[in-house]
Amino acid sequence: MGKTRAFDVTTLPGFTFIAILAFVLLYAPIITLVIYSFNGGNSVNQWGGFSLEWYAVAAQNEAVQDATARSLIIAVWASVISTAVATMAALGTTRRGKFTGQTVIYVIINQPLMVPEIVTAVALLIFFSSVKVATGYSGLGYLILAHSAFCIPFAYLPIKARLEGMDTTMETAAADLYATPWQTFRYVTLPLLLPGVIAGAMLAFIISLDNVIITEFVKSAGQDTLPTYMLGQLRRALTPEVNAISTALLALTILILTVFVFVTKKRD
Amino acid sequence: MSTPETKRKAPRSKGVNGWLLSAPALILLLVAASGPLLIVAFYSVLEKGDYSGVRWVLSGEGWFRVLFEKDIFDQTISLADANLSIFWRSIKLSVATTIITFGFGLPTAWFIATRPAKSRAFWLFLITIPFWTNLLIRTFAIMEVIRNQGILNTFLIHFGLISEPIQILYTDTAVLIGMTYVYLPLMVLPLYAAIDRFDFRLIEAGYDLYASRWQVLRGVILPIIKPGIVAGSILVFIPSLGAYVTPRVLGGGKNMMIGNFIELQFGQGQNWPLGAALSTLLLLVVLVSLIVYTRASSKDNSNG
Repeated sequence: MGKTRAFDVTTLPGFTFIAILAFVLLYAPIITLVIYSFNGGNSVNQWGGFSLEWYAVAAQNEAVQDATARSLIIAVWASVISTAVATMAALGTTRRGKFTGQTVIYVIINQPLMVPEIVTAVALLIFFSSVKVATGYSGLGYLILAHSAFCIPFAYLPIKARLEGMDTTMETAAADLYATPWQTFRYVTLPLLLPGVIAGAMLAFIISLDNVIITEFVKSAGQDTLPTYMLGQLRRALTPEVNAISTALLALTILILTVFVFVTKKRD
Repeated sequence: MSTPETKRKAPRSKGVNGWLLSAPALILLLVAASGPLLIVAFYSVLEKGDYSGVRWVLSGEGWFRVLFEKDIFDQTISLADANLSIFWRSIKLSVATTIITFGFGLPTAWFIATRPAKSRAFWLFLITIPFWTNLLIRTFAIMEVIRNQGILNTFLIHFGLISEPIQILYTDTAVLIGMTYVYLPLMVLPLYAAIDRFDFRLIEAGYDLYASRWQVLRGVILPIIKPGIVAGSILVFIPSLGAYVTPRVLGGGKNMMIGNFIELQFGQGQNWPLGAALSTLLLLVVLVSLIVYTRASSKDNSNG
């Protein structure tokens, strides 16, 4: 690029202003929510001094404890299952040249990203309600199954991206040294792929933890997760308790994302 | 983690291997995502059950009720105005959301892409946090800002700009503000990806040829980043059209969008065939927009 230009060609009038405004508007509401979660006193309208009162209230609430435990159980299962099957699918669809039906596989894997969630939610409501009647089982399995399915594309994409960035020379070398395909996979491919797998699992975990709509339609009575519990608590204004739960979830999300950035960046 | 068995089978053909390795993911998706969609399409042509559910009799009633209603007494057929106003609101709000997010998204993406390489990651991270933050939490946050005793009204009253709080919550405007807020990152990220690949020397060339800033924007920048614009618009438009949480929380039950209308049919409305028909319709609209998108982007690629 020319170093002697009269003005910076990358600036466009008003763009910086709108961009800064966008960042302020994006963060102001979230920050307000966080600040109000530390509000003492019962009123959601008046500042009653800094306090961790509502975190204590939320932590001692049995419904919140149950919902948290349920959310975590579902998210752990969903991220493990979706990451395992997504890793296999990524190995099957990447670095091996085009094959018949590859597009079909892509479409099915990415389908949860395209279909409006409410439609999937309704579909699962219809399907699972008849399965529940037929089998008599109404446990967490349905939620885990549904979450595992819609988490697949989120786990798949970072793993696929990682695989595409890996060249095949190492594996070829391993094969030349008479490693079996399994040994090659276990000692060469998997360690190289691991950052992608971890990244995929973390995204799946966040996506599962955040889900509202599908959970709301699939859950049986008494199977609230944290988000559906929060939606159920909704009144004309938020309760300070919901503010506190939101802030805790937000903190967890930021923590996972920071680790995610760290894991995916390290290789560069 | 990944099971060894499938890997070890290793048939000769790449295709068979590819399908075998993908099979667990595909089966899971067919059982708990794609397959049930077919059931929805099928339920839309069945007869409504007495309380909820369906009777196993074919009927066009579900699809008929999408647009029309029949008077219970004299059987006259008329357009279902309530439904039409919900469709109109959904389309209007989704288009408006797409336009407004583009208005904010283009400068934001441009700003990030033109930062020095070091701080760019930081700005990008700032956009990514809201993107991954629970949609419900973000909707709650906006609700806190716009409700009658929220910071926006308090602020305006404090500075004497208004004397009474403005009722924003539970209006279409609230839903629009909320959707713009929650879907903005979906517009910024693909626009950023497009601008990031942009060759800024082209702008210099434009100015050298005496183009004004506006001409450069319209004649050089926008055509080149068009795939990013199309991708961002689709990514915002589709979830807006199917939005459920934001209109439920900010629209307050009265300002329904299609998503809430569908839920109503499976809840209080107890008309599963109508709900199934509405879901199928929404799915078809999304499918058509995706096809338009794919064709538009492949055309861009072939033209270079």
